Amino acid sequence: MTKYKTIFAGLDGYEKGGVEVINDDPKNYVFSNIFEVASKAKPWEKVAVAKNQEYVLEVIRAEGTSSWRVTPHDEFAMVVDGEVVIDLLDPEHPLVDPSASGSIALSGEPKGTVMGKVIARRGHLALLPAGRCYRMRAEKPSVVLLQTVSGPDTVERWSEICQKY
Amino acid sequence: MTTSPIQLGDVPNEHGYRPFTLGGFRFERDEHFVHVQWPTGRHVTAAEPFLKAMMRDVAWNFFYGTVNFDSVIGTLNHYGNVDLFAGRFNEEYRKAELDHSENFPHDEIKETFQAILNDWVNEDFDPFAAPMETGSAYGEKSGNNSRAVTRTRVAAKRMVGLPDDEPLRSDESGYPVNRAFLDVDLDEPVVEVVKGYENEVSAFNFFGYLSRSDVTWNPSVVSVCRDSLMCPTTEEFILPIIHGNDRVEWFLQLSDEIIWEVEDRESGKPRAKVVMKAGDCAAMPADIRHQGYSPKRSMLLVWENNSPDLPGMIARGEAPTVPVTF
Repeated sequence: MTKYKTIFAGLDGYEKGGVEVINDDPKNYVFSNIFEVASKAKPWEKVAVAKNQEYVLEVIRAEGTSSWRVTPHDEFAMVVDGEVVIDLLDPEHPLVDPSASGSIALSGEPKGTVMGKVIARRGHLALLPAGRCYRMRAEKPSVVLLQTVSGPDTVERWSEICQKY
Repeated sequence: MTTSPIQLGDVPNEHGYRPFTLGGFRFERDEHFVHVQWPTGRHVTAAEPFLKAMMRDVAWNFFYGTVNFDSVIGTLNHYGNVDLFAGRFNEEYRKAELDHSENFPHDEIKETFQAILNDWVNEDFDPFAAPMETGSAYGEKSGNNSRAVTRTRVAAKRMVGLPDDEPLRSDESGYPVNRAFLDVDLDEPVVEVVKGYENEVSAFNFFGYLSRSDVTWNPSVVSVCRDSLMCPTTEEFILPIIHGNDRVEWFLQLSDEIIWEVEDRESGKPRAKVVMKAGDCAAMPADIRHQGYSPKRSMLLVWENNSPDLPGMIARGEAPTVPVTF
């Protein structure tokens, strides 16, 4: 029986594919590699790698401790490289308008009730629940893919991250 | 053209298979082939790819946009009603005026397709399975595989694994790890929950969950952020349909490699080849059709926007063709 090897990638190693044009503009495919994006990002920068109207998938280079954030809607964090601890907190008072879009950074430590924590490694998906606060910690450079709505600190730099020719 | 009454199966032919009629279309199969007839033409195709394509069309409720079974036959979803067409997206059929299209209420065409699958899929054949994991689609009629052809597509309301949502997979629930993913780490995340927050503090091994998928080319909803749906799927061999986009769709290759052949949605003329390796992320524009080739079973994240506003925007021609310009 064939012994299969599943190929994942990470900051330490990735092999990029690409768009081979026949009769098209490669920019139409908005092609990037999330580990290449993370390798060039600042810690906790939220770089959009996919966008569909207001929705985005963001790549976050997790390194050290993030600020606390609050999200008006559910977000989902997939650790795609390394290990990330996610602390969750139920704020004493609502900190965000539920109709807003995208999580926002908070200054300082919010007051509230500890909800628990998740220690997630490569391939793990965690819920960041609506109306709650979260903070991420990573001892070593790690990468998170965030399913969310474009927010005030979503970074879009398509020209820098995507295949153009 | 408007709909005509359907006929769900006549008397079986000499091979044991029933013919089906939907409006002006007639479907028949023999040991090897499916024969489709319409008022201006006819088409013959191998039974296996036809049944695999029809299976996806039914399971996905006709999906987003066009589901081309091949270069001739397919469906176009108008969300509530569906066009069944022959040659509609084939330039030469259109030039020769051999193309034909009829519109049917969603439930009517779905009922017909489901009846065809119930009758034409034999007991050893699973249209969702990889080629090396199923029996043959060919030969005389031999029983049926209702368990396979009536599978329910996983569609989480919030996130898989939450209380009252879609369950996780395990050996005990009938989802062993696939032969191609035996090396995938199955350790679960550490989740420490303070009492009272069980519905909110939750995480699971997403790659482990995918390694236990028993189907190929069948995106299922795993997490929901308003109308944003993460729809991962495991892929092996060839996508059984050629998907014509009516909206932008995104792919993120989580493991291994898929090669996408991209053609113009209307004419079928080649436009690009998109090679995606682990970590690669790419959009499929809203004016193309695409078909994927996965040499080894791979993990693909399909990311969709299920906004109820989109069908109206598409119908009015207001939906963007590309997601961003730069």
